[in-house]
Amino acid sequence: MSPSRTLAASLFLLAATASAFAADEVNVYTYRETKLMQPLFDAFSKASGIKVNVISASSGLEQRIKAEGANSPADVLLTVDIGRIDDAVQAGISQPLKSDVLEKAVPAQYRDPAGHWAGISMRARVFYVSKERVKQDAITYDELADPKWKGKICIRSGQHIYNNALFAAYVAKHGEAKAEEWLKGLKANLAQKPSGGDRETARDVAAGKCDIGIGNTYYWALMNDKDADKKPWADATRVVLPTFVGGGTHVNLSGVLLTKHAPNKANGIKLIEWLAGDTAQQIYADANYEYPVKAGIAINPTIASFGKLNPDPLSIAQIAASRKAASALVDKVGFDN
Amino acid sequence: MPAHVTPSLPERIATILAALIALAVAAPVISIIMLAIAPADELWPHLIAYVLPQAFRDTALLLIGVGVVALIAGAGTAWLVSLHDFHGRALMLWLLPLPLAIPTYLAAYVYVDLFEPLGLVHTLLMQWLPAADAVELLPRMRSLPGAVGIIGLVLYPYVYLSARTMFQLQSAEFTEAARVLGASRWTVFRRVSLPMARPALAVGLALVSLETLNDIGASEYLGVRTLTVAIFTTWLNRGSLSGAAQLSVFMLVIVALLIVIERRGRRDAEMSSESPRLTPRTPLHGWGNALALIGCGVPVLLGFALPLSYLARQSFRRGLFTQGDAMLWRDAWHSFLFAAIATIVALLLGLIVLLAQRWRRTAWTTLSASVAQTGYALPGLVLALGLLTPVLAIDGALNTIAAWLGRASPGLVMVGSGAAVVIAYVIRFLAVPTGFIKAGFDRIPVDYDDSARSVGASRLRTLRRVQLPLLRPALLGAVIVVFVDCLKELPATLLLRPLNVDTLATSIYQYASRGSFEDGAAAALLIVAASIPPVVWLTRFADMPRGPD
Repeated sequence: MSPSRTLAASLFLLAATASAFAADEVNVYTYRETKLMQPLFDAFSKASGIKVNVISASSGLEQRIKAEGANSPADVLLTVDIGRIDDAVQAGISQPLKSDVLEKAVPAQYRDPAGHWAGISMRARVFYVSKERVKQDAITYDELADPKWKGKICIRSGQHIYNNALFAAYVAKHGEAKAEEWLKGLKANLAQKPSGGDRETARDVAAGKCDIGIGNTYYWALMNDKDADKKPWADATRVVLPTFVGGGTHVNLSGVLLTKHAPNKANGIKLIEWLAGDTAQQIYADANYEYPVKAGIAINPTIASFGKLNPDPLSIAQIAASRKAASALVDKVGFDN
Repeated sequence: MPAHVTPSLPERIATILAALIALAVAAPVISIIMLAIAPADELWPHLIAYVLPQAFRDTALLLIGVGVVALIAGAGTAWLVSLHDFHGRALMLWLLPLPLAIPTYLAAYVYVDLFEPLGLVHTLLMQWLPAADAVELLPRMRSLPGAVGIIGLVLYPYVYLSARTMFQLQSAEFTEAARVLGASRWTVFRRVSLPMARPALAVGLALVSLETLNDIGASEYLGVRTLTVAIFTTWLNRGSLSGAAQLSVFMLVIVALLIVIERRGRRDAEMSSESPRLTPRTPLHGWGNALALIGCGVPVLLGFALPLSYLARQSFRRGLFTQGDAMLWRDAWHSFLFAAIATIVALLLGLIVLLAQRWRRTAWTTLSASVAQTGYALPGLVLALGLLTPVLAIDGALNTIAAWLGRASPGLVMVGSGAAVVIAYVIRFLAVPTGFIKAGFDRIPVDYDDSARSVGASRLRTLRRVQLPLLRPALLGAVIVVFVDCLKELPATLLLRPLNVDTLATSIYQYASRGSFEDGAAAALLIVAASIPPVVWLTRFADMPRGPD
């Protein structure tokens, strides 16, 4: 066969495999990487006999589902933060889901009252502090603006979705004026221009560039447990679960929603309910180092070693509503400049 | 050719095809413009006050810096290998384009990991110095200069490949005349070779600039706040798709203006020679040979060998190949398939668009050729967002027709088959073959066409016998660039690929977004590995046959 024929035939095969959807399938669009979700999907398929087809992306999945419209193969959308859940619901691509299983498993704070979405796992945004140089045990988010930490704090871009959610929570609690003051104070305390990722903040603390790095819980656990190269960074730091003054620790949610035109609706619901069940919640806790939303699931020992998590009571909807304001403030105080 | 002559059939077909191609390329741009029409009133005062000043400054400095690095490394090495013979030249010929295979964000991760405190370089320095003193010696990778160096060193091959075409086609008479008049070799380079290569350098630099504008991963990671970063923040955190679209259109207008200004400036600078005799390569010996090797070796070392050995080391340390990841080979196959099809299509379409213009220079064909190049001026993710509407409109229409015929719904054919990914690649990278071939055509005097025509050769015969052989270096350069660009393309692939399909690039991305990009090292190595055979194979043919003297 000529090369062009081979290519044409291969493309056709690709098309055939992609569109040959059998009855017992469910199609998942996910912001959470496929590789991380695969153990969960495999376990679901084994338990239910339903095949899971996946596509993952970093942004724009709501737009794709919206453009696909009534022909969209998507049944379920998984997100890694509250911002994308909010965007999806705003884009009108979700449908309400009334499920006793979900209501029992997921605390009311972590799901939509109208049933458009539910949280299935949590991560806290915490401090990686220097074991050597920071003796203080309880540190508040509010304190990050205290001049005593001048030149001692490292953080990634203030516009990153994880920081955006943290800052939005501050705006929701204290209003824009106070949040602006706080961000200015925090900016003044930074050891360097915001850059890198959460891992780099741990590295910067370990290298002595700063004393406090701000990052998600699971990054530290992955460095500590899974990556020999990064173990020294974890070793030089300890995780402090910070709180808002008069509140708890900021958590962000991985969320799930059923799409408006889900072609395999029944299977989609099965998957969503299964994700909130014991097996999946335990996988979230152990393989992904996240906090399960369901009560009574054992937290991974590394994560548990940070201390007891006391999540801030602010509702996810309130945080989501302040995202724009938080992003605008980051620009206004020149946080990333 | 006089205007009143009736166009021949190939000429007419080419004109129509060129217009259709331009229309296809314009489709996503139009849908972004439609998005931008929605009001985003409160946004602009904010952007103007707080975002744009910094974004403009960072973007301008990044583009200028990367441009300078790419120009020095790209044009310098192209001049060395095209006009000189030295030991090691053959090896350099295929090593020099290879940094192209290293995605910019991956290069950023590698350089940060190597040069930041506690990294390999720091550890080495600590053998002789106390840790704190060693830190002082480390370059700051997460900074604007860091970004300039890293991005410039992996993008210089765009300039290298386009400049090489030009240096090879340069007629000997100019350089020889200059030498006879007593000019030094350096003066000849500066006063003759470089100005003559300007159209090609402009094409290469334009590609470097647009690729830099496309980048979001490396810039954000290295703490550089470009316009592109502002577009994504506006979209994702401000929840304003229309605002992001307006910023994109704004950026597109700036890019278009820059291109127009550049073309105006170039109009007077075009020279082509009556003589086809090509410049013979000057042999270098001793010190000259050593300097040429160093000149070519440094960009290859920093842009390719260093990141490559880092990735290889991580792959072995982590046992990524021995663990046996069946998915990896499937991903590699998808990457190859998408890239190969898109490269062939892009090359054909680029040739058609330019032939239409060469055969009949009318307002239509010129407009088509310009529009065909706009895909590259949008960041990949914006292009993908813009493509969603037109591509899915086709899918919607197919489903409507099927329903009307009483057939079962075929589902989403374009998106479901991967055709959407190929379309995105072709639209995005069409500027590469168009630019390369245009620069190649500009070196072929129109007299050649006319002489061939006057002895009765048809358009197509002239193309096959006269133009294509002369265009060969340009075509091969375009093939390398498009193919490798497709292999590493990320944002459009992520958003437009079918269910259960991953490519090497999306696979690397998945590891990177977990915060452990090192686990994606094997996939990154495969991108490099897949790039080597075409580069090696094509460079065998890339030397122009020496002139008929």
